Amino acid sequence: MRARYAYTLAIAISAGIIVAFVMDENKTVSVLSFSLRYAVPLILAAMVGIICERSGVINIGIEGQMLMSAFAGFFGAALTGNLILGTMIGVGTGMIMGAVFATGAVTWKMDQIIAGTIINILATGLTSFFYAQGYVLPSITPKLRIPLLADIPLIGPVFFDNGLFTYAALFSALLLWALLFKTIWGLRTRSVGEKPGSADTSGINVQRTRFINVTLAGAFAGLAGAYLAIEAASTFERGLTAGRGFTALAIMIFGAWNPIGALAAALFFGLANGLASQLQADEVIAIPQQFINMLPYILTIVLLAIVSGRIKPPAAVGKPYEKE
Amino acid sequence: MEKSTPLVLTGLAVTVGLRTGLFNIGAQGQLLVGAIGAAWAGYNFQMPTLIHIPFAIVFGMLCGAAWASIAGALRAYRSVSEVITTIMLNAVAIALVDYLASQPLKEADQPLTRTPEIAETAALPDIGIVPSGFVIALFVSLFFGWFLARTTQGFRFNTVGMNPSAANYAGIGVKKTIFLAMAVSGALAGMGGAVETLGITGRFEPSFNAGLGFDGITIALLARANPIATIPAALLVGTLRSGAASLQFRTGIEPEVVDVILALTLLFVAAPIVGRLLFRNRATKQTTVSSGWGNS
Repeated sequence: MRARYAYTLAIAISAGIIVAFVMDENKTVSVLSFSLRYAVPLILAAMVGIICERSGVINIGIEGQMLMSAFAGFFGAALTGNLILGTMIGVGTGMIMGAVFATGAVTWKMDQIIAGTIINILATGLTSFFYAQGYVLPSITPKLRIPLLADIPLIGPVFFDNGLFTYAALFSALLLWALLFKTIWGLRTRSVGEKPGSADTSGINVQRTRFINVTLAGAFAGLAGAYLAIEAASTFERGLTAGRGFTALAIMIFGAWNPIGALAAALFFGLANGLASQLQADEVIAIPQQFINMLPYILTIVLLAIVSGRIKPPAAVGKPYEKE
Repeated sequence: MEKSTPLVLTGLAVTVGLRTGLFNIGAQGQLLVGAIGAAWAGYNFQMPTLIHIPFAIVFGMLCGAAWASIAGALRAYRSVSEVITTIMLNAVAIALVDYLASQPLKEADQPLTRTPEIAETAALPDIGIVPSGFVIALFVSLFFGWFLARTTQGFRFNTVGMNPSAANYAGIGVKKTIFLAMAVSGALAGMGGAVETLGITGRFEPSFNAGLGFDGITIALLARANPIATIPAALLVGTLRSGAASLQFRTGIEPEVVDVILALTLLFVAAPIVGRLLFRNRATKQTTVSSGWGNS
């Protein structure tokens, strides 16, 4: 039933986009590109949530991981003068933060939500403390135009004429889906998240699997943070991530803990925002800016209220594993 | 002490939630809504002091309670995780109060986005050197210490927090209790905002009290969800915060260092393994809040 609603919605949206494209080509492409750029960090951050929760760990520290990575990525790039090096530093920072979180939430068996909150407070404090003004990036992020594919009308300029981060985000969703559902690693991860007792009995090291997965997931948070600081904003500000880590959790739930579902949810979310800001810019709807700012959050709450209860989270999520 | 007053109340707000198994990250939003509500009630009416102060505080509490009830209702009746909804409501509250202070409730003929100053009859006086808000906060935390330990409703809160299925089996309306606890939690955070507005700032400004609600989480966890213990915890955080300002003035160290200190403190308080290392022989209690996503 749910799938049918989703398909109907997808077809309706696609039809709407095509109509808009016929009416005003440039504007449609710009709105869609904006939407995709808005969705990129959400997709990546949702991947963090999916890996962690599929392994049975609630990670509300994604926000903090992203913030630290954005910070490290930006200053890494600004100081070394190399965007790729900066991105790698950002990804590394994300993984370090993931390992710190895993130490608390997995090894020390702390309450996972408290551990995540600590990560968030720590990241806010550290990034504000070491924040310094006056640094700039060595260059702007290059765009990579994929030949042939980019020449397709509508789809081409939107999807195949982007920075590397965008491709990475789209690709990572597909990759993670394949990894989770088609590989031994995926099966083990899911079993640890659903029934750690049985997984343990069959010889899987629950604690180690969780630790490794949470740490690896940090790489996606690092990528998301690096994207925000290096490509999207080209600068670092205090509180740069602006709640995206939490929105990503809602997207993860909306996508039913499935990477492809989360990808679709994030794109839908981006589209809603792209549309709202375009309508605002065109003065079609005369509502105060503050209400436009509220929109993504209200949308999240409404979507969760609709969806929740119909999809099931991994069974063991949130419980530290105690050997019996 | 001035700094600690709203912190006691937001700490209590988070505590009541924790005891009922709810993680109210939205104290910040509820505090903002309560603050602007109290500011409106404070400047919009003319009454004798004895009625005006309680009226403005209660109005602020109602605003906070209403704001938290959105998350409470969604959690109780639609099993939406309150962790996410309260975070989202925080962001919505920030935009909402910014709008209210810049448009409908704006002080006329002023370039700044802020509400008019509250009437003198609504201002909280100081008792000697102690702000009366602090006395109220003390009283409220003692009340909640008694409430959670000694009353039927408090027992319901605790039971739902510890074991919802047992509570259900014992005939406690789990959904109603969750909804109520969230409203009480929001009312306390709103009260924190109201006391801050009426006692210290005297009007609502968007730059108001950044982070008081988030410190409430730290305080509640430091106090291990014990209402009485929120007082020393709030005093600690309040002192650190006000000390940070003069620290920056004298040594140039950024005040955010306090966040780092608090995060580390929390890390060591909340990690059961540290407790075990320190008190080898004593059984250590652990603070737990995660009850899973939406499994009510």
